[in-house]
Amino acid sequence: MTEQPRLAEQNAAVALPEPFIRWFGEKGWSPRAHQIELLAKAQAGQSVLLIAPTGAGKTLAGFLPSLTELANRPKKKPGQARRGIHTLYISPLKALAVDIERNLGKPVEEIGLPVTIETRTGDTPAHKRQRQKLVPPDILLTTPEQLALLIAAGDAKRFFEDLRYVVLDELHSLVTSKRGHLLALGLARLRSFVPGLQTIGLSATVAEPDELRRWLVSQNPPKGSTGRSMAELIVVTGGAKPEISILDSEERVPWAGHSARYATPEIYREIKRHKTTLLFVNTRSQAELLFQELWRVNEDTLPIALHHGSLDVAQRRRVEKAMGENALRAIVATSTLDLGIDWGDVDLVVHVGAPKGASRLAQRIGRANHRMDEPSKAILIPANRFEVLECRAALDANYLGAQDTPPLIDGGLDVLAQHVLGCACGGPFRADDLFEEVRTAAPYVSLDRPTFDRVIDFVATGGYALKNYERYARIRLNKDGFWRVSNPRIAQQYRLNVGTIIEVPALNVRYVQAGSKGAASRGGRVLGKIEEAFLETLTHGDTFMFAGKVLRFEGIRENECFVSNAPGSDAKVPYYGGGKFPLSTYLAEQVRIMLDDPQRWKKLPEQVADWLRFQADKSVLPKRDDLLIETFPRGNRHYLVAYPFEGRLAHQTLGMLLTRRLDRAGARPLGFVATDYALAIWSLGDMGAMFKARKPSLSALFDQDMLGDDLEAWLADSWLLKRTFRNCALISGLIEKRHPGQEKSGRQVTVSTDLIYDVLRSHEPDHILLQATRADAATGLLDVSRLADMLSRIQGRIVHKALEQISPLAVPIMLEIGKMPVHGEADETLLMDAATLVEEAMGPEMAEE
Amino acid sequence: MNFSLARTSLIAEADLVGIAGERAVCDPRGVLYFPDLRLLAVSDLHLEKGSSLARRGTLIPPYDTGATLLRLQAVISDYQPSIVISLGDSFHDGGGAQRMHASFRERLEALISGRDWFWVAGNHDPEAPADLPGETVRELAIGSLLFRHEPSKQRVEGEIAGHLHPCARIVQQGRSVRRRCFAGDGGRMIMPAFGAYTGSLNVLDRAYAGLFRLDTLMAYMLGAQRIFAISGSMLRPG
Repeated sequence: MTEQPRLAEQNAAVALPEPFIRWFGEKGWSPRAHQIELLAKAQAGQSVLLIAPTGAGKTLAGFLPSLTELANRPKKKPGQARRGIHTLYISPLKALAVDIERNLGKPVEEIGLPVTIETRTGDTPAHKRQRQKLVPPDILLTTPEQLALLIAAGDAKRFFEDLRYVVLDELHSLVTSKRGHLLALGLARLRSFVPGLQTIGLSATVAEPDELRRWLVSQNPPKGSTGRSMAELIVVTGGAKPEISILDSEERVPWAGHSARYATPEIYREIKRHKTTLLFVNTRSQAELLFQELWRVNEDTLPIALHHGSLDVAQRRRVEKAMGENALRAIVATSTLDLGIDWGDVDLVVHVGAPKGASRLAQRIGRANHRMDEPSKAILIPANRFEVLECRAALDANYLGAQDTPPLIDGGLDVLAQHVLGCACGGPFRADDLFEEVRTAAPYVSLDRPTFDRVIDFVATGGYALKNYERYARIRLNKDGFWRVSNPRIAQQYRLNVGTIIEVPALNVRYVQAGSKGAASRGGRVLGKIEEAFLETLTHGDTFMFAGKVLRFEGIRENECFVSNAPGSDAKVPYYGGGKFPLSTYLAEQVRIMLDDPQRWKKLPEQVADWLRFQADKSVLPKRDDLLIETFPRGNRHYLVAYPFEGRLAHQTLGMLLTRRLDRAGARPLGFVATDYALAIWSLGDMGAMFKARKPSLSALFDQDMLGDDLEAWLADSWLLKRTFRNCALISGLIEKRHPGQEKSGRQVTVSTDLIYDVLRSHEPDHILLQATRADAATGLLDVSRLADMLSRIQGRIVHKALEQISPLAVPIMLEIGKMPVHGEADETLLMDAATLVEEAMGPEMAEE
Repeated sequence: MNFSLARTSLIAEADLVGIAGERAVCDPRGVLYFPDLRLLAVSDLHLEKGSSLARRGTLIPPYDTGATLLRLQAVISDYQPSIVISLGDSFHDGGGAQRMHASFRERLEALISGRDWFWVAGNHDPEAPADLPGETVRELAIGSLLFRHEPSKQRVEGEIAGHLHPCARIVQQGRSVRRRCFAGDGGRMIMPAFGAYTGSLNVLDRAYAGLFRLDTLMAYMLGAQRIFAISGSMLRPG
């Protein structure tokens, strides 16, 4: 091994206790260079970020500082006070914590270390949690939500007084969400309890390691302190290069759609050729469909299983267990299997649909052959022609080692509000101290004092201009300058509602006999959960795919959806607009570069290259930094198709804004549809002619000022904003998911956040929660920042092609028209249709009676 | 604006709904108006729901009473009724009237002044609202109509009730639309809740079992500008 010489040098410098050296020897292993390096830096008192591919022994590396320190710890004398937690391990997934307990327990036992390891998750029974408070383990494995709970407990400071290390696993996936904000605030709290606390971050490859390095240590350090503002960095490169190919199908690659049904027989052939195949898809509905299609051709009845987040937990555990025992030949999975859980001997990863981001692809492919020295093998299956381009770009990017994890965003104010209340539940605090503490957390470095004070005011009385709630304050400022919880019940409520993962309302799916009314036959088993919004569109007798079966919808009763088996029927597949993840900025650029470079088309399948040549012939291919806009008539409508390649979310926002502007200009737009690659708008007026006459000009139409008033006006009524507000209201603790001793029962009991939103917006539009909502929507569902970048990039670079008919490049998006419902504004029209229908069927007198 | 003007500008014959022989307008803003009686009925105002929840630590915006009164002011100024019936649950709890901000109380008193105003007792507010003008009644019979908060179990022709906060849902082209509604079968009418923070319950829920003749059930769903009359057979639960 090439690591050997360096290792010997470093071995001398660090203290690896004798039992560890013996254990490595017995196993015939030797510690890897990065493991020793991490140990050395930790022993020197540094916090460390370790970036390594899967299979590099990251977990052991992360725990080595703790284990060696615990091994050298003197034995506890009888009568000596209990010892607190030494190391806290935090992972994004409960399952991962459980997995680590198993994987870490083994070496600890074999080395013979006197170390106790326990998990604490939402599933941990109450008596065990109590006991953990009294007799804490040396190493506690837990999740961000549990950390928030521990911090909000009255004895938090004492509970953590012996803490030395916090190990943060899969850090790259933790930091990009609101959970990451909550965790960063929790870490800041821990650092104030234990000033010498060291952190160890474990991460897959990321684009900007420095962001994570800052995240791991205190920012805005007080004057005179010597703390560094970035954690030490160790990067493990290498591992064998993965062998990735794009399926060169003998079939025709479809123009549009996401099912990749055409490739099923070819996928099945690959499954037969390998020991265990992991098949990744982007959405639950794709998973269901692929699973169904595979079983349709499964002549050898190979054990092929399904795994996604909506399935019942017991069923998921069965699949995971079978997988660990290598009893399966293939598993169709969504992102639930993305993270580093290590199961079985996977020798092939198939990715169906485009990966949407180069880093995601790398992560998923890392699942094959979970050992660094063997190459991973993966096949990409594009579902349509644009995806062929995207797969090609992702593939090139992976070889180049490019990464495109999303940039970190400023910490949410709703999360901060939750944290402030949590701190108050843990004990009295001074606003000055808490403000300084919060600003040590990387997501909140630029938080200003007035905003912080408004958050405190919000937590106390709701922060309204109309001061009506002083007497109901949740926290109060006492004469001694400390804020305290005004009532122990507040803390109880807080503990029930902590966390930042907002679940979409979902109903249990339960089996009943076909045709039964539900109440008569309850007994069937629960298959999993489905979103309410989807079930609402079903009517009795509709069929759909779920849990690998075709099911018939029988009805809804309270919080359960009743279904019966409908084998052999054709299913109405769950609708889930295309892919869940928008195309990453990096990959989008790669696709544009490829379109602009006919030399690179040679690597594409012939049918796809032909398609591009046709486009060059009939219209034009956009240059790398240009925006191509085509207009053409079709039927009695006029179409505008734009190709920004900025992802579905940004295109949706652009579509909303452009239709407003076109409407003002008199083009009479009727609707639009957006995909990851393009945007199509249709209208009654001749847009092509209008642009030619410069009424309006395209540059005026696409001017950046659309992000001002137009955005504001549209947002005001948008369902997107209402949905975002709901999340902010729940996270900030404005309303509660749960009340002690009472679960939500029926719609009429709770106040809908939509109603609160309407009232608040009309009476206090600048309320801090509305600010938080707008900021959230801009980065999340609307992707405004990406749209802004694009609008500035294309200034003076818009290429207009007025065509007589549809161009080859426009075919995929034109096929989407009619398949996707246009969201939001057309409700009244639907009601109108229904009312008209009644009138037709029954005559006007009956309709009014 | 005088009454005859209001009549011609607001009410077309076609928009009238029959209830036990009386003719009424289902206004899309959620009130019921009987032009022949110059009577306006409104149900489930739930004033001070915000502060009621705030007492228990849920600090939702304290603007619901203001918003509800503003809307009530608008319909009263349009119809200029001589009788107003608030069909119960006018306040979210018994202490609501006392908690009400002084400015809101003044606005409410101005609305009441010059009319016959009836507070029908509801389950949230069984007692008369403290220090407010108007007469508190358990139920009220006018002509062939009977106004009460909770609909009675047996069929009563001409009963106008609230309490259940009806809404209706239809599905068209794979999309679902849910709206508050008036629910009626020609004999009985249940009114939508008017308050800014009031939720709603589907008319097909068990809570409505036995209240309507299913063959003539209609949901008058509230649109932005108009009412949409939807036959019971087109409605969906949930």
